[in-house]
Amino acid sequence: MLNLNDIVETINMISEENLDIRTITMGISLLDCADSDAEKACEKIYNKITRLAGNLVKVGEDIEREYGIPIINKRISVTPIAMVAAASGGNPVMFAKALQRAAEATGVNFIGGYSALVHKGFSAGDEALIRSIPEALSVTSNICSSVNIGSTKAGLNMDAVKLMGQIVRETAEITADRDCIGCAKLVVFCNAVEDNPFMAGAFHGVGEPDCVIHVGVSGPGVVQAALKKCPNGDLGQLAEIIKRTAFKITRMGQLVGTEASKRLGVPFGIVDLSLAPTPAIGDSVAHILEEMGLETCGTHGTTAALAMLNDAVKKGGVMASSYVGGLSGAFIPVSEDAGMIDAVKSGDLELSKLEAMTAVCSVGLDMIAIPGETPAEVISAIIADEAAIGMVNSKTTAVRVIPAIGKKAGEMLEFGGLLGSGPIMKVNLQKSPKKFIDRAGRIPAPMQSLKN
Amino acid sequence: MKTIVSVIGKDAVGIISEVSAVCAECNANIVDITQSVLQDMFVMVMLTELKDDEGALASFSEKMKRLGTEKALDIRVMREDVFNSMHRI
Repeated sequence: MLNLNDIVETINMISEENLDIRTITMGISLLDCADSDAEKACEKIYNKITRLAGNLVKVGEDIEREYGIPIINKRISVTPIAMVAAASGGNPVMFAKALQRAAEATGVNFIGGYSALVHKGFSAGDEALIRSIPEALSVTSNICSSVNIGSTKAGLNMDAVKLMGQIVRETAEITADRDCIGCAKLVVFCNAVEDNPFMAGAFHGVGEPDCVIHVGVSGPGVVQAALKKCPNGDLGQLAEIIKRTAFKITRMGQLVGTEASKRLGVPFGIVDLSLAPTPAIGDSVAHILEEMGLETCGTHGTTAALAMLNDAVKKGGVMASSYVGGLSGAFIPVSEDAGMIDAVKSGDLELSKLEAMTAVCSVGLDMIAIPGETPAEVISAIIADEAAIGMVNSKTTAVRVIPAIGKKAGEMLEFGGLLGSGPIMKVNLQKSPKKFIDRAGRIPAPMQSLKN
Repeated sequence: MKTIVSVIGKDAVGIISEVSAVCAECNANIVDITQSVLQDMFVMVMLTELKDDEGALASFSEKMKRLGTEKALDIRVMREDVFNSMHRI
């Protein structure tokens, strides 16, 4: 018989501390759907997705019921559409529409992979797809898009960075009547990973199997609750508690992933060990940092606290799962984290501090609303800064900023649901990076030795 | 399959008898049972063995949930694997 305390601990984690499986994501390769006729390709895509993922939502719900673990999202990631659409040419938006139909037929809440990988340059189909992103995101509601503009091995494609500044702005403008929601579904990456189960940046890399199941766990509330029980421990003890908690959370993910893969007859890919916050109270990464002893997230010491948290989560999680991958770390999406929202509102958390934080944790400048008047070149420069951090530190970084058309710093942008609501952050609009961005070209790949 | 039935709530007369009655009704064999009062809450955990029939677990957990709502108790039915995987290496 199991220990009573262990059982009560697990139940408490689920009922009180918001422990959940954030997503089961099925990765599907669409390489075999390419066709010289775009309409045929779309039909093949729809058929393949509905054939493989037809049962995904049902299996997710069954597991949720039998094991008593909430599984919040069931999602699909696909091969970057630029590769598939390249074979046929034409307007790639029809592929987005085909994906949207597949999302509706399977009942998943997002399909990710309206993407292009252009870290060194544009190949056939890439530029057309990138230019179609604003339209694609405005005519669909469940499709996510991402573009990889740099990597440690290739450097930064500054032509793409320049273009993405314009695309992010256009996407905001075209969806301005819906709180600029298009930008919440668009991520610009450096060092994008091929097996990420989390949206909006999920896509199915070319090195992946034909079909695979990934799982993304969550649980900032559980970590915070565990730290609360140790108010006077030193940081070494806190790291130990975080590791133990991450281990337990990850075991849940491993169990759900292997079970889902068995029931769907699809190989199991990875568990993504991420602390993914939601706007719910008690599900915040910022509150963990505050529990560690910071008066507020964003003050001096935040980067160090986050670095320790991120590292301890990985150390604890790695042993709990047979395969770890994806983004694996603490997410800091501003609009999706109650503590971050408060810190921004009170003026304690600024964009520059967030940028520093992204150097030591998972992903990057995520779900940040910026003033609607921010010009494209400033958005490009924000992307370039963030990508440079990723490139030099050999880590994934991303930018998901939302220019709030018609609004100014200090106002709020409401998305609702998991995406939350974002206070619009101050951006330096006085001094322009225009000349630097207009130079375009490429930033060469960085040195990997003589590190200082 | 083995399931853990957990009952958490305010202590009252007859909880075990009512939960056991649902077990019997659903043909769930009680393998082990333990109870305690933790942090002023009544906590009972039962390890039950259920037939692997299609839908057996769903109907068992539905009935337990209904009993929980009636008696203002938090009653959950979860497969034992969850606890094994979380607490044992």
